[in-house]
Amino acid sequence: MLTEKPETHACTCGGKTGGCAQKTEKAHDHGHDHAHAPEPHGTEPELTDDEAAQKLSMSRRNFMKHSAIVAGAAAAAACSAEDLEKFTAHRLREMTQPELKALIKRLEADYKKKFNKDIDVRATPAAEGVKFGYALDLSRCIGCRRCVHACVKENNQSRPNPEGDRNNPIQWIKVLEMEKEKGVDLSDANPYYNPEEVPREGHFYMPVQCQQCENPPCVKVCPVQATWKEPDGIVVIDYEWCIGCRYCMVACPYGARRFNWAEPHLPADQVNTNTHVLGNRPRPKGVVEKCTFCVQRTRAGRYPACVEICPVGARKFGNMLDPKSEIRAVLESKRVFILKEDLNTQPKFFYFFGI
Amino acid sequence: MAAVESPHKNTLSRIEPLLRAMLIAPLAAALVGSCQSAPAGKAAIDTPDQTHTEPVNLPPPQAGLPPDPMHGQKEETKGYAVPKPPLSKEYWPCSDCHNDSQPPNRTRRELKEDHTNIHLHHDEANRWCLDCHDAENRDALHLASGVTITFDESYRLCGQCHGTQYRDWKSGIHGKRTGMWNGEKQYLLCVHCHNPHSPHFKPLKPEAPPVRPSLIR
Repeated sequence: MLTEKPETHACTCGGKTGGCAQKTEKAHDHGHDHAHAPEPHGTEPELTDDEAAQKLSMSRRNFMKHSAIVAGAAAAAACSAEDLEKFTAHRLREMTQPELKALIKRLEADYKKKFNKDIDVRATPAAEGVKFGYALDLSRCIGCRRCVHACVKENNQSRPNPEGDRNNPIQWIKVLEMEKEKGVDLSDANPYYNPEEVPREGHFYMPVQCQQCENPPCVKVCPVQATWKEPDGIVVIDYEWCIGCRYCMVACPYGARRFNWAEPHLPADQVNTNTHVLGNRPRPKGVVEKCTFCVQRTRAGRYPACVEICPVGARKFGNMLDPKSEIRAVLESKRVFILKEDLNTQPKFFYFFGI
Repeated sequence: MAAVESPHKNTLSRIEPLLRAMLIAPLAAALVGSCQSAPAGKAAIDTPDQTHTEPVNLPPPQAGLPPDPMHGQKEETKGYAVPKPPLSKEYWPCSDCHNDSQPPNRTRRELKEDHTNIHLHHDEANRWCLDCHDAENRDALHLASGVTITFDESYRLCGQCHGTQYRDWKSGIHGKRTGMWNGEKQYLLCVHCHNPHSPHFKPLKPEAPPVRPSLIR
């Protein structure tokens, strides 16, 4: 795991072999030329007071070093190998392939224990020549919230649990109801509408989810770099690395990020077993999560769950670098707009009016 | 089902072959151009009521629009991968009943004995069954030009009037595609979402709203 990095040495000689730090240091200090013919330890001549003091102090340093290692080893022995692995692991982005495999193996074992079910955790990387884009036809959306609930099921979000210790319901998509007369007015939008039938007269609906910005403010503020933009444009979160400070939630101008205030309530029979390590794998308590364009599906060539469920076909998804994709057709022939353009977040989520 | 006898229908159907013959003639383009304000090719896309003219030479696609995958091809040769059309198991195939024992009655009328579950709310003042369903081949539809098409190709029939929607459907903007975003796709037919006899979208009951944060313990 750590073998790829050069080991740091306590001495200043820069030598990697020999191990006699004191000697070389001494040689430098006193201007003696020992570099070519260093004397062996056993034949050390009598020392001056200075030299003796220095040797003593170096020995003390060595002693401290060794005792620290011993203490560390003792502490390590006290906790399990698994905890140690977690503690010494790299962030997902910097992991080597064997490390990633080990992580996935550990996660799958954890989930097996927790849900008593085989959960497939994948780490499919971004394909080359792909930049995902999304478009939503506001003239078609009827606000039925089928997408919201399909997303919850697909992405293993925490379900409502009013009887539990803590209710922690999470939905990644929020559908806003707005008045046609007022246009897109976010300050006057209602996400809690619940009439008998939709669409309501005089209203239109605007689903909002992660806009997958090209210039994501959430990524900039993360103090531990647990969130980043992948080469295919999806902004992802390393759930192992997230410290739950929620700076990203403050930075996101779209309110697209959600926090697990409690252990997610995810009944075993409702778990989606097809998961991605950066996407819909069951999350722990205390981490932030959000829409990933269904990374587990889209990196396997499928459409996101919200696109597939939409009963009016308002949602369009595809590779923006492919001139034949639907998303390109929308971008090239419809007048699209992005949310809060003035913030220069450059979303890859476009709204348009198809009629 | 509307049962109004259209006085113009017979006249129209009588002169229709003549009209078509005129268009096929080399002077057709000039004639059409002089009769219409829009150019002949554009009319097929923008003015749906003119689609039965089936222009021979389409102009190149407008700048800024995605290239039409069907451009330059004859309409008949193009096909889209579509799922099975939602045909009623009770009635399909139509030829089970509409066979030699039941010769077609081409008189425009309201059906009182059968198909009473179908209520036509689709330009019912001007249309009736045999405008889309073929009287000779009961398991097929026909275009305004008289060409018969299968139910798998019903988008061509709808596209005759709804030209802009047809154009958008072909490029994937209107309607819905399933399958792979980077591979094989299926294009849902118009009739998978719209009831062809009553195409307006029906309102739906919305799914549960999110819980207000103030109500979360």
